[in-house]
Parts: sequence; structure tokens; C-alpha cells
Amino acid sequence: MTKAKIHQASNAPAAAPAHEEGQQHPIKLYLVVWLLLFVLSAGSYLVDYADLQGLLRWSLIVIFMLLKAGLIVAVFMHMAWERLALGYAILLPPLAVLVFLAIMTAESDYTLGSRLIFFGGQ
Amino acid sequence: MADATVKRLDASGQRPDGLEGFVADWSSDQRAFKKVSWGKAMMWIFLLSDTFIFSIFLVSYMSARSSTTEAWPSASEVFALHIGGADIPLILIAIMTFVLISSSGTMAMAVNCAYRKQRRNTALLMIATAALGAAFVGMQAFEWSKLIAEGVRPWGNPWGAPQFGASFFMITGFHGTHVSFGVIFLLIVASKVWKGEFDSGRRSWLCREKGDYEAVEIMGLYWHFVDLVWVFIFAFFYLW
Repeated sequence: MTKAKIHQASNAPAAAPAHEEGQQHPIKLYLVVWLLLFVLSAGSYLVDYADLQGLLRWSLIVIFMLLKAGLIVAVFMHMAWERLALGYAILLPPLAVLVFLAIMTAESDYTLGSRLIFFGGQ
Repeated sequence: MADATVKRLDASGQRPDGLEGFVADWSSDQRAFKKVSWGKAMMWIFLLSDTFIFSIFLVSYMSARSSTTEAWPSASEVFALHIGGADIPLILIAIMTFVLISSSGTMAMAVNCAYRKQRRNTALLMIATAALGAAFVGMQAFEWSKLIAEGVRPWGNPWGAPQFGASFFMITGFHGTHVSFGVIFLLIVASKVWKGEFDSGRRSWLCREKGDYEAVEIMGLYWHFVDLVWVFIFAFFYLW
């Protein structure tokens, strides 16, 4: 009974109270994000241009990268305004890549070690 | 946004059987993503699978680079251009990055105009996006020719670890292919917008009802994803 009702409701767009038309956001928001992406890209290019090395280099690269990725997904791809069901379905599975990354880091350490032992670093 | 669920019943009110029924059942009944059309949900799921493909390329590049006993060629020097008597490090890649970000910006504006039903602006912004994308691919072709002329091959190069070439051609090649297909689809959708097909009321695979401009947003999702992948390639392959 309730099930039928829900199904009916989801099939009747006319009954929905004035649903919004697609994703409508002020143009200013897009321009600000656009500008931020430019600034962040310039920042990551300057890391290379200034020839920063070591911990500072890769922490800056990763921070700029994650900020850029976050802005693109959240604002340009509208994920910030989508329902959580979609957000979790899309954004959580890639975390498995981090596990794979950890496994391959250990594996390549091992490979490097055996190459150094058996091929004398050639 | 209009409800995407469409009842596919035949004249007597029965669900169709056979292959048609199979397609109808899979395309309409069950919905986990409320208020998200199938087109958009499927694009997101495609992008998720693409995320794994590019992740695996980047992880394999990481494995090759961290397990080789030879020095990895310095991207900063390999991708430098000789301009005005000085070598400017990574300059072409920086320009490519800015071009791709600009194209993402014009795409976002195109989506915005599409939902405001500004047909002409939408089409023009999409064509601008496609032009920037084509410029990106052009610069990539230039970069490839330059490196190939300098002797970079998938199995070796003059500067160090031989895996450099394999990683470079695989990762940038796959990304460039994505950009190229994006340009083609942008032009297809832009021409449909320009001709007013989404206002005609004719149902098609891109348009459910009169004034349905969601296809532009879905196209935008793909395009922003291409930019997103470049963010990671830029950080890990060129800057690391």
C-alpha cells in the first residue's frame, strides 16, 4: 500500500512542489572557482619553477592537487549539491586505490631491494 | 529537473516482453539515486570506472619509478622549452594546464547558460570549450613529436630509466584520447543545442522532453573529469 504510494509519487513529476530546474547557481561562484583553479595551478607550477625540494615540494604539490580536485568535483561537477547517496556511491570506491597504492609501494620496495642485491645496482 | 522514470507499457497496459522488456526493466523501475536521471547516474558510474583506469596507470608508473635502480629523467628538464635564449622549465605543460582549466571554466558557464535556456550562449561556450580542448591536444601532439625526435621510446630514452617512455606515452596518450573524444562529443551536443533540438519536444537519447538541457550538464561532467585527471597527471608525472 505504502509502497504503491511511494512508487506513484516518484512517477508523477507534476505532483512535486515546484522542483528546481537542473543545477542553478550564481555565475559569480563559477568565476571565483575558475580564478582559484588558476591561482592553485600557478602555485603548483611555481613549486617547480622555484625548484623546491624534499618534504616541502611534495607536500605543496599534493595540497594544491587535492584542493584543485576538490573544487572541480564539488562545484564544477555539482557534487556538493547532489544527494549523499550519489556522492558516497561515486567518491568512496576510489579509496580502494589507496590500499592498492600501499600494496604496490611495499612491492616496489621489495623489487628495488632484490635488484640491488642481485644486479648490483646496474 | 524532470522525473526520468518513464513507464514503458504497451497499448493494453502490459509490460513488454523479450529484449524490449529487458531494456525497459533495466532502464526505468528501480531508483537509488532520487532526482538524479539515469543519464547522469550512468555518466558518474562511467567516470568512476575511468577513475580506476587512470589510478591503475598512475600506480603502475609509481611502481616502475620507485623500483628502478636507474635515475628517473627529470621532467622539469625533459619538458623545458628553449624560448628567447633560455630554457624555461615545464613551460609547455604549464600552458596546457591553463588551457584545460580555461576550458573547464567555459564548460561550467555553458551548463549554467543551458539551464537558463540561453541557446546561443550555450552553444558558443561549448564550441569555445571544444576549441580549447583541441588546442590542448595540438600541444600534446607537439610535445610527443618533440620527445620522439629526441629519442624517447616506450623501451628507452637518452636520459635514464627506460620505463619513463612507457609511462609517459601510456598515461598522456590515454588522457589525450579522452580529450579528443570529448571534443567530438562537445561539437555534437553544441550543434544540437544550436539547432534547438532540445526545445523541439522530440524525444531522443539526449533529450527526454521539451526544454530538457540536462545533456549539456552530463557532457560537462565528462569534460570536468578530463580536467580532473589532468590535475593528477600534472602533479604526479610532471611535478614529482
